[in-house]
Formats: sequence, C-alpha cells, structure tokens
Amino acid sequence: MHVRGDELHRVTFRLNGRERSGSAAPRMQLCDFLRHELGATGTHVGCEHGVCGACTVLVDGRATRSCLMLAIQADGRCVETVESLAGEAGLNDLQRAFREHHALQCGFCTAGILMSCHEFLGRVPDPSEAQVRDMLSGHLCRCTGYTGIVQAVLQVARARQQANRRENDACSI
Amino acid sequence: MKPCAFDYYRPQTRKEAIDRLIEFGDEARLVAGGQSLMAVLNMRLAQPQILIDVGAIDELRYIERRDDHLAIGAATTQAELLEYAALADELPLVAQALPWVGHFQTRNRGTVCGSIAHADPSAELPLCLATLGGEVVLETRRGKTRRVTGADFFQGVLTTARRPDELITEVRFPLKREGHAYRFREVAMRHGDFAIVALAADIGESEVHLGVGGVADRPVVRKLSLDDDLDEALNHLAWSLGAQDDAHASAAYRRHLVRELGRRLILEEPTFEQ
Repeated sequence: MHVRGDELHRVTFRLNGRERSGSAAPRMQLCDFLRHELGATGTHVGCEHGVCGACTVLVDGRATRSCLMLAIQADGRCVETVESLAGEAGLNDLQRAFREHHALQCGFCTAGILMSCHEFLGRVPDPSEAQVRDMLSGHLCRCTGYTGIVQAVLQVARARQQANRRENDACSI
Repeated sequence: MKPCAFDYYRPQTRKEAIDRLIEFGDEARLVAGGQSLMAVLNMRLAQPQILIDVGAIDELRYIERRDDHLAIGAATTQAELLEYAALADELPLVAQALPWVGHFQTRNRGTVCGSIAHADPSAELPLCLATLGGEVVLETRRGKTRRVTGADFFQGVLTTARRPDELITEVRFPLKREGHAYRFREVAMRHGDFAIVALAADIGESEVHLGVGGVADRPVVRKLSLDDDLDEALNHLAWSLGAQDDAHASAAYRRHLVRELGRRLILEEPTFEQ
C-alpha cells in the first residue's frame, strides 16, 4: 500500500460497533480523524506526544494513544472511544463510580482514563491499589490528585466481582 | 503539533519493505509501533519525506525459542512479549525490565525491535540486550543478513549501526543460563518516565555483567569480578560514564545511584516494588 503525502485515503473502521469512514492524509493522527472527520469529540487531545494519555482509545480492544497512531493505520480495525461506555440506561458503572468519588473535576483527562480503566478491568478483574496506580501512571490528571480515581476503579472492581459471584451462585443452584 | 506531510508505504512482506529501503535509503524513516517516532514526528523534530510502516508485516510478528536464544520479530509488540508465558523462565531480566518500558498503553503498540532501533540511552530494552550480549539481525538486498551484537549496535544517542538499506528483522536475547541470577532496578521521576539510572545485572558464580542505562550516551556494560573490591569497581564504573547534570538529576547523584544500586543489585536479593 502506498499513499502520497498530499493524497487523501479512504479510511474505514468499526467505531463503537458501527462501521464509519472518512478521508485522511497519511499524516493525520487517529485522534484528529475521530474528532474532525467522524465528529466523535469525546476523545480529547492533550499533549500530542503520548505523555498525558487524554487521547487514549481502544484499538482492537487494547488501550492506545490515538495521537501516536495514524488514522491510516486504523483502517480495518476496531476502535472504541468513551462514547461506547454509556448505554441506553445512562452512564455505566465505571462512569457512575467516577462521579460518586469525585474522580474528575475539569474532565479533560477523563475520557482517556476511562478507556484505560475499561481495558485494565477486563484483564485484571481484582486489582490491588498498586496495580491501579501503575495503570494510572500512563495518565496525567492535574485536578484530582488521583485519589478519587483510584477509589472509583477499586470500587467498580469489587462490585463487578460480587456481581459475578452472585451470578455463579445462582447458576450452581 | 501535527507531523509534516510524508508519503506513506505499508509493505506486506519483509522483501517489499527492504525494496523500499533500497529505493529511498536515509530519506525514509521506518516505523513499527510508532511509540517513540510518532512523538518525534508530531513535534517535527524529524521531518521525513517517506514513512515505511513495517508494523503490518505478519511474517515479522513472532516470538521463537531457539537453541540458545529467544528471537523476537520486528512487528512483535512489547505487550505480546510481556504476555509470552515462558518469559520469566527464559528471559528473567527482560521479564523484570519490561514493566518499566513506558506504560501499558504504549506497550500495547510499541515494539521490542522499535525500542532497540530508537536507541534511547535511557531505554530498558537496549540495556537488557547489551547486558545479556544479545544480537540484532539486519537484512538487506537479496536476503543478505548480518548479526550485530548489542555492544556494537548502540553507537550513541539515537544512533545505531543500522545502515540505511537495512531492515531490523529480529532481535535475539540469550536464554537464561543455569546458576545465573538476573536483576533489574531503575530510578525515574515517575514510573514510565525516562530512567535517571537503570541497572541490569547478569550475575554468574564469579563474575557479573553489569549494564548501566540513562547515564552515558548508550548502554554501558562492564564485567566485574566478584573476587575484587566491589565498591572500588563500582566507583570506577560510575566515574567512567561521563555523567552529566540535567533537569532531573545531577551528575553526582547519577554516580551515587550507580554505586549504591549497583552494590544492592549484586549483593542483595531483589525486591520487586511492582
């Protein structure tokens, strides 16, 4: 595959379960493509060099800096953004826990942090506080001091574990 | 910021990638995971005319255990290596160092070979490769390959022995040796930040290969005899690295870390504060 620098390439991928497409020059970052081409403005753009984590999205299920990935590289993949979290019933459990624990103030970093937590809790369903803090080290939040975020993530992990146990108990009866 | 415009090539095979390299030479930059290079492009510290993306070459995505080494292909991510089930058994040093490479969000895309190709003097994977005496495999036209040891590959800050028409196809880490202990320690401002000092040790019965990252312009490995005065050897090593002051640490503090962490690493049982 070859795309000239001044050429626009048709990029198509699944965004939050729906196939979407738009055009991108090779140099267009995935975060800008999401916001400007697809209108998915939930993903925020911070430092643009992979340090702050605000633009984190999931690509094929894995947390990824969308400023360190080209839109053209996402062609044919599966992308999930913060817009995927809330359902018809409103905010999901993770988002509700963030609200309850004051895990955000200005909210600029939150979209990225939620997506990292989303993948992390899938892989590490029963994390220690140290593991949560290690996962959060890939994000900068200048409002909260992280305490509320850590509490929110730990509470969601506990609640999901309990729900799983109840489900398993119900199955075994 | 946004990168300057570039022509983008995404070859499907290693041969196609090498053909492009032969065609464009040092006008092209190679990218795999892009977790270092994309930041450089975004800040316009590099403005290549051509970008060759080797991240989608399936034949370069592998982890293979061979007789005496583990071979890791150029498209294999750091996360994939971390999830390789036998990693702690086969490459205990790399298993300890990998969690220090960036953050899990960057390890998901960043490749093992890419980190070695980037050759940041404070990076953990080049340090491990040099300490273990591993090799980089480079391929050019007509399938011609050459192998370069870690010690020869890293030539300075972001500078390696790769020639413009060569593709790094894999890196080879020597497997754990019976009776050896492997330890890694790092001091950074925050977990995932660049190392102020990183130390890697391959400890045998009578001698230690001690690697130091983050101080000189490349990872430096010294063989220390366990029969000699260790404090003196570490002090000599610390002064030989040409440590410099910067915003994060003074040269004296870096020398202190090399002496103090070096002694602990070699003499004490490791503690893992993961």
